Amino acid sequence: MRRWLAPVAIVVALLGLWELAARLDVLANALHIEPFLVPAPSDIAQSLWSDRTLLADNGWVTLKEILGGFALSVVAGVTFAVALHLSPTLRRAFYPLLIASQTVPIVVIAPILVVWLGFGIGPKLVIIALICFFPITVNTLDGLGSVDLDLVKMVRTLDASRWQTLRRVEAPTALPYFFSGAKIAVAVAVIGAVFGEWAGSSSGLGHLIQEATAQLETARTFAAVTVLSALAILLFALLSVVERRVAWWGSQEPRT
Amino acid sequence: MRSTPGAPVAEPQPVQRAAGRAAGGSNAPPAAGDPTTPAAVEIRGVAHAFGELRVIDGLELVVEPGEVLGIVGPSGCGKSTLLELVSGLRQPSDGAIAVGGTSSSEGRLARCAFMPQRDLLLPWLTAIDNAALAPRNRGASRGAARRAAHPLFERFGLAGFERSRPSELSGGMRQRIAFLRTLLAGKPVLLLDEPFASLDAITRAEMQEWLAQALAAESRTTILVTHDVEEALYLSDRVAVLSDRPARRVAELRTPAPRALPRVAMVTSPSFTTAREQALAALMGGRR
Repeated sequence: MRRWLAPVAIVVALLGLWELAARLDVLANALHIEPFLVPAPSDIAQSLWSDRTLLADNGWVTLKEILGGFALSVVAGVTFAVALHLSPTLRRAFYPLLIASQTVPIVVIAPILVVWLGFGIGPKLVIIALICFFPITVNTLDGLGSVDLDLVKMVRTLDASRWQTLRRVEAPTALPYFFSGAKIAVAVAVIGAVFGEWAGSSSGLGHLIQEATAQLETARTFAAVTVLSALAILLFALLSVVERRVAWWGSQEPRT
Repeated sequence: MRSTPGAPVAEPQPVQRAAGRAAGGSNAPPAAGDPTTPAAVEIRGVAHAFGELRVIDGLELVVEPGEVLGIVGPSGCGKSTLLELVSGLRQPSDGAIAVGGTSSSEGRLARCAFMPQRDLLLPWLTAIDNAALAPRNRGASRGAARRAAHPLFERFGLAGFERSRPSELSGGMRQRIAFLRTLLAGKPVLLLDEPFASLDAITRAEMQEWLAQALAAESRTTILVTHDVEEALYLSDRVAVLSDRPARRVAELRTPAPRALPRVAMVTSPSFTTAREQALAALMGGRR
């Protein structure tokens, strides 16, 4: 309970200040805060409640996009990392491309993907996967490369094949690194989903934000952002729980 | 077993063998992977260098089937490299190493089980799964591999620790598991690289006694590398003393009473003390 005290206190204090700034006319005027530009936290809470069906429906759409895109990038990222780890030639050939993939501005590529793949879930999956791919691949690759070479020698004298060495020594070594990458990925996946929806969609939280902003429904915009953040935090926490269960040695063994 | 303190034990015989000539035992049949068929290890004119750095030079050693050969030498003299060469993990720059009559690196890998200085237990596996790694790698199911490991846990005083994680075990326990893992590799030759170097003095003495019993129960051709003269003299049938880098053999001692119990009585006996002094003198003579 104690470890939650500090973050909760900070959030409550900030919300309190915000509420005061937006509610007190003296303060609001001094800071040039207009209610349609900056809604008070209580307005946002109001919107969270009254728009709950709207938020839930669109949140579900966005969550499906995030999960799909994330899953895609896990499969692609791990496959890519293993291939690059096993073959130095592939590594030399593809590593620059891997970094280049990260420099592609998602905002630019998103509308093109919509043109190519239509207004459905397709382009969103690709955009999210593209954003998640880099942290997952780079971390997994680093993890595979960080294996203790003495361990590799040892299992070789115990008749391990290349594949068994990967499975029994290198993969478990890399697992905590993979989770570090996946946690970053799932947090940025939410941003990817919004970009994807902005480029063209008829539902989802990103779409809702766009629509609400255009209609000056600022409270609803903020409510949607709140739901998005909650989604990201939830997914991050979920991954942390899974990590502690399946890669528990990551926190007890020093990573070298 | 001669174990009473002060009891007369055979005099140590320092044998200074001519290079290239060593005792027989070189015609053991090549039976890979069968620990019951003792295999000889022959190291003939072996030299090894890492780039410019010559670590081993013109080394001649023969280990007879079932024999425990101790190798002592100053630190950094290439003892660990020698074990990697014998195990087949490395090929020597020059000379030949034959294990059970085979000198290909695959053949040596198939015949040698290697116990490194660090226990190198996999933290994500339980003690018994660590010990059973080799059977698993050879295709045994998890259950079958555990069943193969279980009797050894009983026999070597580890019963009840099968499900423990390496992080829950003491240094001595971890080394025992590592030794079982080496035994379960089912190879005719054991290569032990400073197996107890990381342990405190008391645990170390206990482990030497434990290993003495283990080797009595599971006789294998063994090369034991250590920088501890006493450990080598106590555990081995014969001790080779190596010089500073590049390593050559400067002396060879037959030990007074290999693996006699209790250890304390043995290592304080006059014959043991004499042997230790001879070995230390040889070590000092090998310094450059």
